Amino acid sequence: MLEIRNLHASINGKEILKGINLTINDGEIHAVMGTNGAGKSTLSNVIVGNPAYEVTEGEIIFNGQDILEMSTEERANAGIFLSFQHPVEIPGVSMTNFMRAAVNARYKAQGREPLSAGDFLKLMREKRKIVELDNKLTSRSVNEGFSGGEKKRNEIFQMAMLEPTFCILDETDSGLDVDALRIVAEGFNKLRKPETSAIVITHYQRLLDYLKPDVVHILIDGRIIKTGGPELALEIDGKGFADYVAQ
Amino acid sequence: MKNNQYIDFYTQVRDTIAQRSCTLMNAHREEVLRVFSEQGFPSKKVERYKYTDVAQDFAPDYGIQLSASAAERTEFCCSVREADIDLTPYYNNIADRQDSIVALNTMLAVDALLIHVPRNIRAKHPIQINNVLKGKQDTMVNRRILVIMEEGSQADIIITDHAVDHQQFLTNQVIEVHCADNSHLNLYEIEETNLMCTRYSNVFIREGRDCSVRHTVLTLFNGHTRNACRVEMTGENSEAILNGCVIADKMQRVDNNTVIRHMVPNCQSRELYKYVLDDSAVGAFAGMILVDKGAQKTSSSMTNANLCSTRQARMFTQPMLEIYADDVKCSHGSTVGQMNDQALFYMRQRGISLSEARLLLKSAFITEVIDSIPLEALRDRLHLIVDKRMRGELSKCEGCKLC
Repeated sequence: MLEIRNLHASINGKEILKGINLTINDGEIHAVMGTNGAGKSTLSNVIVGNPAYEVTEGEIIFNGQDILEMSTEERANAGIFLSFQHPVEIPGVSMTNFMRAAVNARYKAQGREPLSAGDFLKLMREKRKIVELDNKLTSRSVNEGFSGGEKKRNEIFQMAMLEPTFCILDETDSGLDVDALRIVAEGFNKLRKPETSAIVITHYQRLLDYLKPDVVHILIDGRIIKTGGPELALEIDGKGFADYVAQ
Repeated sequence: MKNNQYIDFYTQVRDTIAQRSCTLMNAHREEVLRVFSEQGFPSKKVERYKYTDVAQDFAPDYGIQLSASAAERTEFCCSVREADIDLTPYYNNIADRQDSIVALNTMLAVDALLIHVPRNIRAKHPIQINNVLKGKQDTMVNRRILVIMEEGSQADIIITDHAVDHQQFLTNQVIEVHCADNSHLNLYEIEETNLMCTRYSNVFIREGRDCSVRHTVLTLFNGHTRNACRVEMTGENSEAILNGCVIADKMQRVDNNTVIRHMVPNCQSRELYKYVLDDSAVGAFAGMILVDKGAQKTSSSMTNANLCSTRQARMFTQPMLEIYADDVKCSHGSTVGQMNDQALFYMRQRGISLSEARLLLKSAFITEVIDSIPLEALRDRLHLIVDKRMRGELSKCEGCKLC
């Protein structure tokens, strides 16, 4: 599904990613763990095409297509979704209008007719239940006045609406209490299709208990320095990164 | 072109105007001729006209309409010539007599529309006045409206400006609003003209005690526009709300100039003006809140927020406060900003195109002003019009049967 080769990226002239290689097959979940500032969020931003970051070398192949030439929205409509670490508040833009614009853009890219207002609201109601998102929240402005937990639920709700094939969960567990974490993680599992792949960026084992990664990577100073199975995450949870940082 | 053309014109047609008009209006003409002759058009050195080139706007050789109004008499509206009450204490009473543009209107206006809501009467339906500019030659229109809200009355008044033909039109409008004690007025002005239209509007409002007045001015499509609004609060426990929104692109120019004067204690005023400027549009806002000596417990706030979505768009803003009392709560502030890149990125990550995302942000920016409108039907319609305007689908007035 996704192949990253020798990826170098920088922001404001500062190199953050220093040669990332990563292959994710259909249906796989990869966890990325690492110290603060190691480049985990940069990696997710570069995959989705945040214009603030500059790719200086390497390539990202998504379903056989080099996506570095594609705009942010083209990548999104190709099926890539980022659950933001810090979801953005957009005062004045209602969740309904925002979601309708997004869903219609997706349908258009797929050559489908836009949803009628009635069908769209029905879809909103249906998907809202998956993450137990309050009705009141969808009538407000995007993320405005949402608590930290509500913002993260809202990310998974949007994922449910857009049905991506490749998801990046960037610290979706941060700021969540144990119940909210369970709702979000179970929501994600419910939405997953057999071919859905994901990168899960996290500092904690708890989220991985729910999501059960196939592969775990350790990212330090812009490079993946170790790759292993689920046991690697347990090891980090117990011992921390000290052994790897020293290298 | 000098202002001489207007003086020459007036001296030539003086008798025709006097004949077609009425004693009420004719009584002021010689005085304002003197004011206008002495002062001419204000230059940019005059603080209130700093951002508008008046002489240039008035320079073209316009044909000037000298016919009396053909407006039919309705429950609350008629020509001042047909008024049932003596209008001498009202006409040209609160308008600024030293302002040349106002003087020019007073000199050349042949007829005036009276909106009169009698004592303790509540106008059930909004009173709507549609001004449609039509003509085969460049035309100047001197529009005069007198609003009298008697004690305990209540009304919604919607005044719209449209242009049908692609000629140069210059509208010079003066509205005087007298609000007696305990009267409540919502006054809306909505401009949807075209790039060849120039509009000068001077609105004067005087409030008694226990009044509430809400004035909302929306510039949705225009050429050059200067809107001025001056409110005098002369009775206690009154409220004044001045809101405005501007959508401008191409080479459009919009200047809003407001003065709210608190003359007595215990009144409230609030102002919110929002501009969205695209392409090479130029916006200006100058707002003044004046709190007289003794106007204690005044509570007032003024906000002007602006979004320049290109590097070429320009906004000039000047929020001002002058306070001569010592127990008041007043605030004023202004911001000029660009599009929020993070919000744009967030929307694009959800598959929304850059142009659609920008549009959503621009509409969102002025939503606050439109949502503050109490008339639900008007609010819904404006949301629709704003959306169309932002999409560039509104090159002429929307839904008007004449177009």
